[in-house]
Amino acid sequence: MTISSFTSLLIWLPIGAGILIWVLPLSRYATGALALLVSLLEVGVWIEQATRFDFGDRGLQFSQKAPWFGDLNVSYHVGEYAFSLWLVGLTVVAMAAAIGYGFWVGRDRPRAYFGLMLMLTGATVGVFVAQDLLLFYAFFEAMLIPLYVLVGVWGGPGRLGATVKFLIYTMAGSLLMLAAIIVYGLKAGTFDLVDGPTSISRWIFLGFMIAFVIKAPLFPFHGWLPDTYREAPPEVTAVLSGVVAKAGTYGMLRIAIAKFPEPTAYYRTLFLALSAAALVYGSLLAFRSPTLRGVVAYSSLAQSGLIALGLFSGIQLGVDGAVLQMVAHGLVSTTLFLIAGTVERRTTTDQFALLGGMAKGRPALATLLMTSGIISLAVPGSAMFAGEFLILAGAYQRDWWWAVIGAVGIVLAAMYMLRAISAVLHEARGSTVHDEALDLRTGELALIVPLVAALLVLSAFPAGISHHTGLSKPGWVSTAP
Amino acid sequence: MISTPHVDWFAISTILVLLGASGIALLSAVLVPRAAKRPVAATIAALGFVGGIVTSVWLDVSSADGHLVISGTFERDRWTAFAQVIICAVGLAGSLVGWEHIARGRDDHIAEFFCLLLASAAGMCFFVGSANLMVMFLSLEWFSIALYVMCAIDYDVEGSLEAGLKYLVIGSFGSAALLFGCALVYGATNRIDFAGIASVVGAQDLSGDAFIVLGLAMIIAGLGFKSSSAPFHMWTPDVYEGAPTTVTAFMSAATKVAAFALAFRLMRTAFPQEEHLWSWAFAGIAVASLAIGNLAALVQRSVKRMLAYSSISHAGFMLIGLSTGSALGGRALLYYLVVYSAMAFGSFAVVAARERELGTPVTLENLAGFGWERPFLGVAMWFFLFGFAGLPVGGGFVAKFYVFSAAYEHGWTWLVIVGVLATLVSLWYYLAIVRAMYMRPAEELHIAAVGGAPPRELQLQAAVALCLVVSVGSLFAVQPLIDLAEHATASLPF
Repeated sequence: MTISSFTSLLIWLPIGAGILIWVLPLSRYATGALALLVSLLEVGVWIEQATRFDFGDRGLQFSQKAPWFGDLNVSYHVGEYAFSLWLVGLTVVAMAAAIGYGFWVGRDRPRAYFGLMLMLTGATVGVFVAQDLLLFYAFFEAMLIPLYVLVGVWGGPGRLGATVKFLIYTMAGSLLMLAAIIVYGLKAGTFDLVDGPTSISRWIFLGFMIAFVIKAPLFPFHGWLPDTYREAPPEVTAVLSGVVAKAGTYGMLRIAIAKFPEPTAYYRTLFLALSAAALVYGSLLAFRSPTLRGVVAYSSLAQSGLIALGLFSGIQLGVDGAVLQMVAHGLVSTTLFLIAGTVERRTTTDQFALLGGMAKGRPALATLLMTSGIISLAVPGSAMFAGEFLILAGAYQRDWWWAVIGAVGIVLAAMYMLRAISAVLHEARGSTVHDEALDLRTGELALIVPLVAALLVLSAFPAGISHHTGLSKPGWVSTAP
Repeated sequence: MISTPHVDWFAISTILVLLGASGIALLSAVLVPRAAKRPVAATIAALGFVGGIVTSVWLDVSSADGHLVISGTFERDRWTAFAQVIICAVGLAGSLVGWEHIARGRDDHIAEFFCLLLASAAGMCFFVGSANLMVMFLSLEWFSIALYVMCAIDYDVEGSLEAGLKYLVIGSFGSAALLFGCALVYGATNRIDFAGIASVVGAQDLSGDAFIVLGLAMIIAGLGFKSSSAPFHMWTPDVYEGAPTTVTAFMSAATKVAAFALAFRLMRTAFPQEEHLWSWAFAGIAVASLAIGNLAALVQRSVKRMLAYSSISHAGFMLIGLSTGSALGGRALLYYLVVYSAMAFGSFAVVAARERELGTPVTLENLAGFGWERPFLGVAMWFFLFGFAGLPVGGGFVAKFYVFSAAYEHGWTWLVIVGVLATLVSLWYYLAIVRAMYMRPAEELHIAAVGGAPPRELQLQAAVALCLVVSVGSLFAVQPLIDLAEHATASLPF
């Protein structure tokens, strides 16, 4: 097996394993263990790829291409650029943590649950490595199917309404994208993303962007977000906000900006404004949210805005920062939602009014929530700070007021995150917090500590990603005003 | 002495095999003791359809150069053979499901059902190959009459007789429209063979002639009745709901294959000069079918009725491919037919299984918990429904992509947008079924199954597995299927 086929392996290993788990009549424990093993194997395969990745070469690596249907020039073409490598890494790590969490809490109907989680892993990796538009679309949609069932079956009491909203919203965007793909592909004569020409069609650009701004989401396309993030099981929310939402911002970078330089420049102000609105509005909502999950959910909206701000700044610094921010926020958000899950398991709620004083006697929980919360509010020295700094530097070069709005968002981040931390850990003890509620157990620590450790490593060495995005080659970032 | 034309027996071998099996099934109704009738007749039907698949595949392989046979009345080409393979495969699945599901508890007339199933499939196989108006009309009546009886065959089922009668009355109306249209075209051109009509229209410059235009309109209406496209769809929900579910499954898949395959051939062969007329007509019918099918499906509670409306909306998608009239449209149509047949048959078969468990018509409410109780059927249904909705779990996604591409290539971006919006609306009701199956526990709704553990239903599961393999496999095997469809399309004049 060559190293190139590892890219395909990353997609099809979890999907195959998911089907196997679905079919095999294993016990609950064996099913969970097998799923966790496969997800760790994914991490291993990714590490193998990352060590062999040549960051000096900014072209497509580990690529594989085979015709899918020739008459319309659609192919199975996968491969990784440096920035896709980082996002794939984020995916496999976050999915492994989420699967581990599902194993730890012992989800009902384990075969279906773990099968779907593994399929979600494969589909998400597929989105980040697909180099053919139709293949990209197929994986982009394929992510929805397991998510729909995961939220709808294992979610909270309002899950049915939430799933419908989530699916209709996202499908509305992606079906318009399908129309855009057809028009782009048939005009260009190929659906290949590497060979495909750039286009000046503003309609096609908007067709793509509508899918991405809903997925990311940006203001005012975030209507699906609050319900879905609240009703989904915590580990599913973690991957939704940490990984799946990144498919939206990744799409902006890989397709909308790279293939449509002229429309990008034309609509730059519009999308910068939407990003800034998402940043400020999301931060304000997070500050007003009465629940822990609400804070993290709305902060995800704000962070999506910040990432898009960097991407649409059209400045190298900003775009590099956006890639770093995608990975850093993916890890932070996964960690915070998993911690919110552990809090919910102990107190049955995530409402601030009923929580408080959890730090006392629970040092591990307090330390981990504090550390990831502090990283999340972009304290200087953290990975999020590095990302936000680069994004703001890029936005400033575009025009100074974008940087001002971005800075406001960062101040608000400190406000909502500190409020959330103190409402959970400090203040008077909440009515649902009992002494019997233990500190984090070994299993939970084994999931959350590695995530926080990864964040700390990234904080110490952010240039590892931001200097190795592979985007400095001309053609990726359109700097036109 | 009457001179008889030379007959290429091999060209009609599929039809002969099916008719032969039909005759044997009818004999078994008399000769086989009652207890053995059901397995014997079903086996004969299944073997007959397997034979039909073999001969039509063989025909496909050996008919690279399409030509007319039997005095120019029948087309021996790959278009015919391709459609025949789908029809026979649907028939095979139909005989497997019918084995366990038709008129349970009364074995007296079971063999007649299989006889009719084979006969109607034979009629469809003849229909798709017909090369003149007379053969077309006769074979249409042939398979329709068999279907009328099949709809009413299970007279213990509530609504079965009513469905049969409704289908008879409205179907006859459609046939009459078709016949009238044929008469008008014949009156204008003095020809009944498809190619002859085109040549006379070309030679005498008749393409704007009132008789031709009106005749074409009546023919399109007649075919619209058979393919249940709006506004000729009104019989569909009632008949699909009332007929025994096996028959519904067979009809929803096979009749569409026959009607669309023939419509494309007829338009390309007999009316190429009127392409500007029929492509707009079909585009209009497509939009109407998409709108009516999808919007009406939204409010249905009965799953069979909902799937009936869904079949109308899929007729709309296929009409998009048909309306372009291009080679790409032809490929898109054939590919769509393969995938659609598998999904439509499979989903009705799953409904049949639930119906048997509960002993009542299946509604969204009493589907609750089904996905967990019958894991295989649940997962299969899940794949069919997501496939219908155009999500990439099967060929349904590629099929939609192809018809939209054909519409775009034709210069009709607006039709792509209409199709995309229709897909979005359709999600709502397909998801409602998934939601009912998986996300609402049965205990919550107090559903009592008729008795004990569900039956094993091996044949039904085999049929569903066949449909699942086709619908999922077509996502991965796009190229081979498209190659076959391309060869089939190449036998039509462009």
